[in-house]
Amino acid sequence: MILNGKCPTGPVEQSWDKARFDMKLVNPSNKRKYKILVVGTGLAGASAAASLGELGYNVEAFCYQDSPRRAHSIAAQGGINAAKNYPNDGDSIKRLFYDTVKGGDFRAREYDVWRLAQVSNEIIDQCVAQGVPFARDYAGYLDNRSFGGAQVSRTFYARGQTGQQLLLGAYSALSRQIKLGTVKMFTRTELLDIVLVDGEAKGITLRDLVTGEIRVHTGDAVCLCTGGYANVFNLSTNARGCSVTAIWKAYKKGAFFANPCYTQIHPTCIPQAGDYQSKLTLMSESLRNDGRIWVPKKKDEKRAANDIPEEDRDYYLERKYPSFGNLAPRDISSRAAKEQCDDGRGVGPGGRGVYLDFRDSIKRLGENLIRERYGNLFEMYERITGENGYKVPMRIYPASHYAMGGLWVDYTLMSNIPGLFVLGEANFSVHGANRLGASALMQGLADGYFVIPYTIAPYLAASKPGKVNTDHPECRKSIDDVNGFIRKLLSVNGKETPADFMRKLGNITWNLVGMGRSKESLTEALSKIPEVKEEFWKNLKVSGSPKELNQQLENAGRTIDFIEFADLLCRDALARDESCGAHFRVEHQYEDGEAKRDDANYMHVAAWGYKGEGAEPERHTEPLDFTVIKPAVRSYK
Amino acid sequence: MSGQSEHNTKTLKLIVWRQAGPDKPGRFETYTAKNITDHHSFLEMLDVVNEELIKDGKEPIVFDHDCREGICGVCSQVINGLAHGGQERTTVCQLHMRLFKDGDTIYIEPWRARAFPIIKDLMVNRGALDKIIQAGGYTSAHTGGCPDANSIPIPRPEAEYAMDAAECIGCGACVAGCPNGAAMLFTGAKVSQLAALPQGQVEAAERVVAMLQAAQDCGFGNCTNHYECQAACPKGINVKFIARLNREYFKAQF
Repeated sequence: MILNGKCPTGPVEQSWDKARFDMKLVNPSNKRKYKILVVGTGLAGASAAASLGELGYNVEAFCYQDSPRRAHSIAAQGGINAAKNYPNDGDSIKRLFYDTVKGGDFRAREYDVWRLAQVSNEIIDQCVAQGVPFARDYAGYLDNRSFGGAQVSRTFYARGQTGQQLLLGAYSALSRQIKLGTVKMFTRTELLDIVLVDGEAKGITLRDLVTGEIRVHTGDAVCLCTGGYANVFNLSTNARGCSVTAIWKAYKKGAFFANPCYTQIHPTCIPQAGDYQSKLTLMSESLRNDGRIWVPKKKDEKRAANDIPEEDRDYYLERKYPSFGNLAPRDISSRAAKEQCDDGRGVGPGGRGVYLDFRDSIKRLGENLIRERYGNLFEMYERITGENGYKVPMRIYPASHYAMGGLWVDYTLMSNIPGLFVLGEANFSVHGANRLGASALMQGLADGYFVIPYTIAPYLAASKPGKVNTDHPECRKSIDDVNGFIRKLLSVNGKETPADFMRKLGNITWNLVGMGRSKESLTEALSKIPEVKEEFWKNLKVSGSPKELNQQLENAGRTIDFIEFADLLCRDALARDESCGAHFRVEHQYEDGEAKRDDANYMHVAAWGYKGEGAEPERHTEPLDFTVIKPAVRSYK
Repeated sequence: MSGQSEHNTKTLKLIVWRQAGPDKPGRFETYTAKNITDHHSFLEMLDVVNEELIKDGKEPIVFDHDCREGICGVCSQVINGLAHGGQERTTVCQLHMRLFKDGDTIYIEPWRARAFPIIKDLMVNRGALDKIIQAGGYTSAHTGGCPDANSIPIPRPEAEYAMDAAECIGCGACVAGCPNGAAMLFTGAKVSQLAALPQGQVEAAERVVAMLQAAQDCGFGNCTNHYECQAACPKGINVKFIARLNREYFKAQF
């Protein structure tokens, strides 16, 4: 099937304004008749729930954590982009748009990206009005810094805790609506099914994680804001609770899954230390502003970092990409680090690391200024590794970090299931094959504050409110299905824990579907994943009962969803027989190792449709048009 | 990879609070953590113990955790009598086992405060902190239509002061550490952050009164200057924000 993204037509510069004007509105007095279910309360979900509640809709919001303030958006450190051009260095909405389309390696929709760039400025205004304490200069104006993939300073930041501060801003707006009664908040709940009535999303089935109760909430529309699936690699920078479950359940109900093979590997993470490890920790990429990345020129270098003289160091990013240097985009920096390590010049335990060195910037700017800029990151590094980054170079290595793929949505953020909207990292829309730094926070808040309040209206205006209640047969069937699934998990009674299976899956996905993929590695993964799945249903061990708080049961459900999803991820990576952005097929590269796109055959979004248990999923495509920015080889040299 | 192979492993005796539910009796149980290295975080050490418990057909220890990088604020354990284990500016998830010696005995308990009922084992309900924020921990800015962000310059010292306060992660260690079970550091941080900024000053008086009333309604105690909250806080939130809270409260009376 050829999918239609329902993008506006005409000049891109006027597209969002025109689209907003063309969209139907819901009369203010009618808004309270509609109920919207918002699942997930990170940047996208909290801002959406707050904005929709403020508009007068009835909103019910759900999260699996104990409070909406805990969503993993909180861990984003570096910053948020906007085209304010406050530093007067040549930025504009058009340039932000250009950088994002290019950064995504020409696999994102131009119109969606334009909208993102345009509303970016409003996001900053919004957050400042909420009291988000962005960094200021001594005149009292907002401060900016630069980030990977950009040559202008357009990143707004709040120390190394930008995600936290933006999330707390959205959380406070949400809290205000909870107090006003427009939003009802349900914490410690997990979505386990979507209820479709006449093909439209009219409810969600969830498990109360404290009591174990399975129940349905009905509404007139559902917004999934449930984040990404980077934990499919087991070890990632995501929080342990981040899962693919909500969007996977939606996929199994018919929502198309777009570009699952686009998974971003972040270059500046603390290297893995042991097999017991539960996560990888990301350090803000802003460190690359002042830190210089190098490895010893000699293989098997035994000297301590500080004893290696200048002439024996290889500042490989500065050497290979002179104009971007240490700020080269994430996929390029990650692959370059892996190349050095694969070539035997890696540093630290197991040779899986490269140095991130602040010696020169401390000499130039003084330790105090470096401490002021990145102090919390240095502290974090020391806590985890026991090393002082001011005295010896830090060690970094790439780790899985962010999902650019997600459920397919049209320009209004609606999936192919009417009434099912998908926001933030959970959708696929603006990042293309690669995400530039400081753009995830931007997308989450853009979708929640400034897109969905407009784009949900035409759908609601065309539907009758309160169509379905929990007595509907589809609701009862959904509860039965979920109960059946839980019984099945508990009845296996084997010997291995969900964590064992996640480790097995991670070994396959990271090694065979990680930074570099090939036809062989993907084929191998596609034969191994079904084995893991089969073993899961034979040998899983979950203790405890379903009718109580049961963390093993939660983990087991998320694990099988990841195992099933990994299969789709591999299929997508295999079908996309080109390299682009974070999807690097080793068969397709230029002589210097750069990713080689195949625009003639793959300039499209691939969206997969579920065809039933055991059946091959169906690959649909949405062609991408680039009318403003001519696709070119993405060079950062 | 490094880890087990490159380091001596440790064996530790854990004495852990187990409680099946809010109204159920609780008790301490003893467990052994084996093959623990310097690189294990405290929660990874508990993961190892839990994996063994599950394989032995026993109930794993329930504890709250998520980001495991010290920022989501959900982890909440009292270790040897100290919230988050007592390492300065460190959450439990960032506490590493290099701080413990082979053979150590470690006591692990949940946050204890009237306003934080136990859900199970080490997991408590901190919804009361959300209630305090809902009472007024925000500016009433509407979505859209806000003035340009640079239209109100904020002197850098004020912005930095607000940021110092805003670092609070809402974990509740201040409450767990306080002999009165007070949430004054948490409340003071939010009140001070917003009172320091022009955007927040308009509603400052109303806010501080409402938030303190909510804290009282939730069953939190009052501050009697023990400074235990500051000692327990993993983000180094300073008690000066409690002083600011009090000043804002008095100002609100006139």
